[in-house]
Amino acid sequence: MSEFVHPVERRMTIGAADEERLRTQLERTWYVPRGIIGWCSVADHKTMGKRYIVTAFCFFTFAGILAGLMRLQLAVPNNHFIGPDLYNQIFTVHGTMMMFLFAVPVMEALGVYLVPLMVGTRNIAFPRLNAFSYYVYLFGGVMLVVTMLLNTAPDVGWFSYVPLAGPDYTPGKRADFWAQLITFTEVAALAVSVELVATIFKARAPGMSLNRMPLFVWSMLVTALMVIFAMPSIVTCSSFLLLDRLVGTHFYNPAEGGDSLLWQHLFWFFGHPEVYIIFVPALGIVSSIISAFTWRPIFGYSAMVMSLVATGFIGFGLWVHHMFATGLPALGLEYFTAASIVIAIPTGIQIFCWIASLWRGRPRFHTPLVFVLGFFAIFVLGGLSGVTLASVPFDLQVHDSYYVVAHFHYVLLGGAVFPLIGGIYFWFPKMTGRLMDDRLGKVNFWLLFIGFNITFFPMHILGLEGMPRRVYTYPDNMGWNTLNLVSSLGALLLVVGGALFVYNVVRSYRWGLAASDNPWGAETLEWSMSSPPPVYNFLHIPVVEGRCALWDRSADAPIVTGIRSDVREVLISDVMDAEPINVAEYPEPSIWPFLCAVVTSGFFIGSIFTPWALPVSILPLAVTLIGWFWPKKRDRERAIEEQDEDRRLHDAA
Amino acid sequence: MIFRFGGDQSVFDPHGPIARSIATHGWWLLLMSIAVYLVVMVALLIALGRRRREIDDQPETTRRLTRNVSIAVALTVVILVGIAASSVVSGRGIYSPSGAGAVTVDVVGHQWWWDFQYHDVTPSDVFTSPNELHIPVGLPVVVKAMSTDVIHSFWVPNLMGKRDLIPGIVTNTWIQADEPGVYRGQCAEFCGHQHAHMALEVVAEPMNTFQAWIRHQREPAAEPATDEERRGKDVFMQSTCVTCHAIRGTDAGSHLGPELTHVASRLTIAAGTLPNARGHLAGWIANSQSIKPGNRMPPNALTPDDLQAVLAYVRSLR
Repeated sequence: MSEFVHPVERRMTIGAADEERLRTQLERTWYVPRGIIGWCSVADHKTMGKRYIVTAFCFFTFAGILAGLMRLQLAVPNNHFIGPDLYNQIFTVHGTMMMFLFAVPVMEALGVYLVPLMVGTRNIAFPRLNAFSYYVYLFGGVMLVVTMLLNTAPDVGWFSYVPLAGPDYTPGKRADFWAQLITFTEVAALAVSVELVATIFKARAPGMSLNRMPLFVWSMLVTALMVIFAMPSIVTCSSFLLLDRLVGTHFYNPAEGGDSLLWQHLFWFFGHPEVYIIFVPALGIVSSIISAFTWRPIFGYSAMVMSLVATGFIGFGLWVHHMFATGLPALGLEYFTAASIVIAIPTGIQIFCWIASLWRGRPRFHTPLVFVLGFFAIFVLGGLSGVTLASVPFDLQVHDSYYVVAHFHYVLLGGAVFPLIGGIYFWFPKMTGRLMDDRLGKVNFWLLFIGFNITFFPMHILGLEGMPRRVYTYPDNMGWNTLNLVSSLGALLLVVGGALFVYNVVRSYRWGLAASDNPWGAETLEWSMSSPPPVYNFLHIPVVEGRCALWDRSADAPIVTGIRSDVREVLISDVMDAEPINVAEYPEPSIWPFLCAVVTSGFFIGSIFTPWALPVSILPLAVTLIGWFWPKKRDRERAIEEQDEDRRLHDAA
Repeated sequence: MIFRFGGDQSVFDPHGPIARSIATHGWWLLLMSIAVYLVVMVALLIALGRRRREIDDQPETTRRLTRNVSIAVALTVVILVGIAASSVVSGRGIYSPSGAGAVTVDVVGHQWWWDFQYHDVTPSDVFTSPNELHIPVGLPVVVKAMSTDVIHSFWVPNLMGKRDLIPGIVTNTWIQADEPGVYRGQCAEFCGHQHAHMALEVVAEPMNTFQAWIRHQREPAAEPATDEERRGKDVFMQSTCVTCHAIRGTDAGSHLGPELTHVASRLTIAAGTLPNARGHLAGWIANSQSIKPGNRMPPNALTPDDLQAVLAYVRSLR
């Protein structure tokens, strides 16, 4: 098949009537089904991406409300507003939801929506798996919300250390809900990562060789590969926990030869890369926004790419810095100090390259760029406090204190959520066809920026003053009162800022200014089509002529022809140079992935209560999978044809 | 007021060699971070605010920028290497004691209290001091960290960093105070319901006072002196108290809860939650769940007379 090359035609040779015919044909082929069953059958990456993003923001809101309750409880010492039982549930669900149901999924969701558009293809690879992953994620998240509302939510922290989370110290089902939520999100995240890697490696438009790939796509590639390598560790660790709790194994029970530190190694081998899984996509967003609002390519493309890849590798060598206080040998700890410090280098390179980009370009201060500037102000501080935490002696004092709470909110909110909100302001016109209000956006930014700093900066000092994390209250005479009150007041501003963001989204969705194809004059391929994009994404698959696909495009840019428009055919290209090598046919929309997700979720939730969930769900699971993969009539005919052809060739030989 | 360091548990109010070494290192780290932060922010502001020129898109500008970025990266590497070196150097001093340990203490974590068991070659001289660690001033004390239930973390910010107490694993560390005083510590690893109320006091005292304290702690409990105390002892021995608490020299010998042999000599009750005063103790015995919800001690439905008698007895256990 490697000799297979699609003819590349010059644009002018295609007449307007042909274009119109092609458009109608593609619309019919790549239709998005309607109705309730249709709603559950959609396999379009844009629809699923938007659902993912909206769902993730719903969980963000829920977890944010929980954070507000925590600040209310901690506003004054010896507060009786929330007792320990509820408070422990609240901080556990807040952390779990923010990490597993908001931060990772929302970044992957952005990838699901944008990557196929940026690499120039018509859908994400494995579109049915994409639909399946969304429903699994949705059902898992809803399960956690329900447990919170029923007062049976997990209460052992988002890190769920054993033996506290083991059967002896957390009887009941709370910790099981946590462990199974992890299973839900693992399955969803792994599925999306596989789709993204396949799309990025095999479905790029001709000409988009690896060294011409947009930085956002690079960042999604690194993220997806990190998910694929990190998730098996947490799969192992949460499954062991579930087995300990459900069927009485003793993986973590020191009394029976188990090991309570095993959990921490497995958990943080996933948990530390997790931070970069959240943060690396944000780096891609920052690059996209900076180049769009300076009208210049990002300075130091190769250095940026290598920094992203280096971050992906080094991110796996730091996990023990979460365990400095466990009493591991000193020499080993120093290795992890060094590794944790080394990862600041690629991050530093990226910060410097962005500053150089801003220096060279002509920045236009629209809301997305303003959020990116807020990212600099917050994230750099969080990064520096991260370097201080890498030092073993200093960490021994501030570990598990509010200093750490301040640090990771600076890194995660400043490093990921500020770019994300900037990214929403940036891509909203592409997704909805309407611009978000820029003036409201700037008010929104200042509310969030000031609120954030008032809420979280005092926590640095509280930590240095000796206030430990995860306490539901604190004594009156410790000198912590003022700062806690200030922090709680800052949280009010954050709530107002969040509400204003939602208001701006809703208002702009209804009444915002209509967006042109490329309202910002940005360079990546998603800006080449109408806003919102047509169901088939590209009328003609473009041929990419440079690193900045739209800025480098010549007037008579070539396009790809010869891809069938009457079936869901997409171009498959090779990994390095994106040379066209094949075509693949993507599946039609189908209800089966949804049904399969329902059965899978039933199995996951059932196995919280009984091991019989496994044998009981095998049959329905098999049925839904068979339905999912049932070959279409045309596939069978084609297979028979190929068989006949083979036989003829064989006979001739 | 906001930037005041020196509260009860401040990292920057060190009273021992470990904490002092970390505090010095910590100041250095923080100042370095602030300096780097300011430089980066100034660079960013200049990049945003400077006047744009025609030559900005020329290759020579790119060359100049490449040089500047390279210098910045090189400086970053130098600073990071400096931090790593400083970290290793100040770490050296804190892992192993500055001299032979004067005493060895087992620090045992429980949900939600601490037990400090003082080693001795004579088995009968081994004793435990719940929630209150006494150490001699100016001498290193070896701490053996362990736990019987879940993971806790031993942390006295004025004296030392954290050491996790992990079930199934015993690790050694050390603690030392340079001047007499009472230093508050607190559990730093989330350990369940009452993690927030798992505090401790470290009492650092001159050697002779410390030795007097040790001699006193080895003694069995004082015999009740008054009728009320005698009646209190009877109530204690006949009620649920004995299922969890031990009082050496009596029939009470269970070690599920803190030992009460010298409970009246301690500064606080309920693991640093309340001052050790008669009123607090009465409330605690009657219904500890209203003070520290979820703790392992059940409410005790004693008659007022019985409660007063038990109080008198317990308060006599000096």
